[in-house]
Amino acid sequence: MSVLKIERLNASIGGKQILNGIDLTVSSGEVHAVMGPNGAGKSTLSAVIMGKPGYDVISGSVTLDGIDVLAMPTWQRAVAGLHLIMQYPTEVPGVSLQYALAEALKARNASTTDLAARLETEALAINFDPRFLDRPLNVDLSGGEKKRNETLQMAILQPKIAVLDELDSGLDIDALRDCARRVEQLTHDGLGALVITHYSRLLVELRPDVVHVLAKGRIVKTGGPELVEELERDGYAAFAPEEPAAATSARSLDPFADPFA
Amino acid sequence: MTAFNLEAATKLAATGGLSDVQRQAVERSGQLAIPTAAEEIWRYSRIAELDLSAYVPAVDDVAVTGGAALVSTDVAAGELAGGRDLFDELNAAFSRPVFIRVPKGTVLTEPITLEHRLTESGVATFPRLIIEAGEDSEFSVVERFSSDDDIAALTVPSVELRIAHSARVKYLSINELGKKSWMIAHQRAEADRDSSTLLATVSLGGDYARVRTDAVAVGIGADVRQIALYFADGTQMHDFRTMQKHSAPKTSSNLLFKGAVNDTARSVYTGLIRIDKNAKGTVAFQTNRNLTLSAGAWAESVPNLDIETNDVKCSHASTVGPVDADQRFYLESRGIPPEVAERLIVLGFFDEVLEQLPDTPLTEGLRAKVAAKLDKRVKQ
Repeated sequence: MSVLKIERLNASIGGKQILNGIDLTVSSGEVHAVMGPNGAGKSTLSAVIMGKPGYDVISGSVTLDGIDVLAMPTWQRAVAGLHLIMQYPTEVPGVSLQYALAEALKARNASTTDLAARLETEALAINFDPRFLDRPLNVDLSGGEKKRNETLQMAILQPKIAVLDELDSGLDIDALRDCARRVEQLTHDGLGALVITHYSRLLVELRPDVVHVLAKGRIVKTGGPELVEELERDGYAAFAPEEPAAATSARSLDPFADPFA
Repeated sequence: MTAFNLEAATKLAATGGLSDVQRQAVERSGQLAIPTAAEEIWRYSRIAELDLSAYVPAVDDVAVTGGAALVSTDVAAGELAGGRDLFDELNAAFSRPVFIRVPKGTVLTEPITLEHRLTESGVATFPRLIIEAGEDSEFSVVERFSSDDDIAALTVPSVELRIAHSARVKYLSINELGKKSWMIAHQRAEADRDSSTLLATVSLGGDYARVRTDAVAVGIGADVRQIALYFADGTQMHDFRTMQKHSAPKTSSNLLFKGAVNDTARSVYTGLIRIDKNAKGTVAFQTNRNLTLSAGAWAESVPNLDIETNDVKCSHASTVGPVDADQRFYLESRGIPPEVAERLIVLGFFDEVLEQLPDTPLTEGLRAKVAAKLDKRVKQ
């Protein structure tokens, strides 16, 4: 049983405070959805949890099973059991998926034997074309292939708690289903997931136990899955009334809307 | 410069004795001063540090493998084509050239390799290689220059490639000189109609190593690619001057130079694409990318275009900077330690060049040598 605990977290980027006292606890096997309008601080939250350079923690704490995550460099956070699925996975020319994962497993003192076979199995499970396994990371992959690639890496690395930053962005409906179902399976095996999303369509496949509404850098409401429906109906306006962006986000809650529109 | 005289040239000459061309070259070299960095073509170079009186001319110790009867040595040096500077004259005067003549239609499956070894401090060698690729021939030539770290020597190699109609030739020069040796190299290629040429350079060694490449597409449809991998650390400097000249229509050239500098090492890339008025329908690309791996390292990139006709497709790109922070974060977020992440990224960066090198026994270990240079850095 693992617990990711975020307490009174305040963080800024470039001197501008984005997170204003986040409290959030994710345990093994749980799916927590964090929903919110653009600019609410969703991506900042994921970046701060993983230690992306450029983000400053002002105060508060993030612990994994009682261990101070914020004191660790990024790679040690991952080795400790955290994982980040990125909204826009970075292209790394010349570095193949298999090579990178072998190094990642080595850092965990995990076995790399049968890695190629494991990759093939995982690729099949999410309809990821096995010929992409030899490609440099994310290079020349479509949006859907990139997210399948991210999901596959997570399945191989077997983190305790994963942050999924807009896994659904750039995904067609088939890829969304493939990725969401795989994540759901992993949560049955004990993965705790913090699912950050703007839209509800991901949550149809990947059913959350708890839903948090993030607005203006703080959790303004927490509830059960019924909150998703409420948001779909009423939008974010109730949580961030003076934000002009909030009015438009209500319209774009359509699960079939183009996420890049 | 007194050691670079007629007497020394006579001693070093091939069995047939010093040729008239060589005699004249000795004379002319005696009248030329060492160039200075004030001359554009030596800008950014370390030429001011060169003291020729610290060296005496010596026979180039070269071992040739492959090619059999197509390779001839012990031939008197002839005239160099094109413009000549002091180093071209010295090369002509003191070299004992190796000729590779591959007849029309001949395809060599095995590469021809030349291993040049510098084993003595205070000597200057003048390797010279002339490659004549007959019509429709196909082959690879690889030269490697090496010395131990304690050898302070100078080598001034010259290679000329004459690529006939439809020939397909790959040439690779590998610099694995020790930390104290200098190299001032000049490569020239003339590519005739519908031929396909690859000029490749790998620079890992040397204190100061300069490679100047002049490649001219003289025949319609000729294609010339130039690639280089360079990696300087400590106080090393790698210096490149390239010319992609197009003097015939429908010719193409593509240049990709990728380098890294670490510690307080330096590198310079200066390249020119020149397209003559009659070279209509030409396609020419030039890309130079540099990674600066430490705050004290320095890389300069100077791309230039000189185009005299409208009907061309031409581009150049150059970058100088540290390892991409996003790429590093991506790998680290998978649990890969920073030094391993950086090693993966840098090796990945160089792979684009490594995978285009001709497949030869001398090429095989290069990736491991680049990795070893990176590992040395990680341990610091």
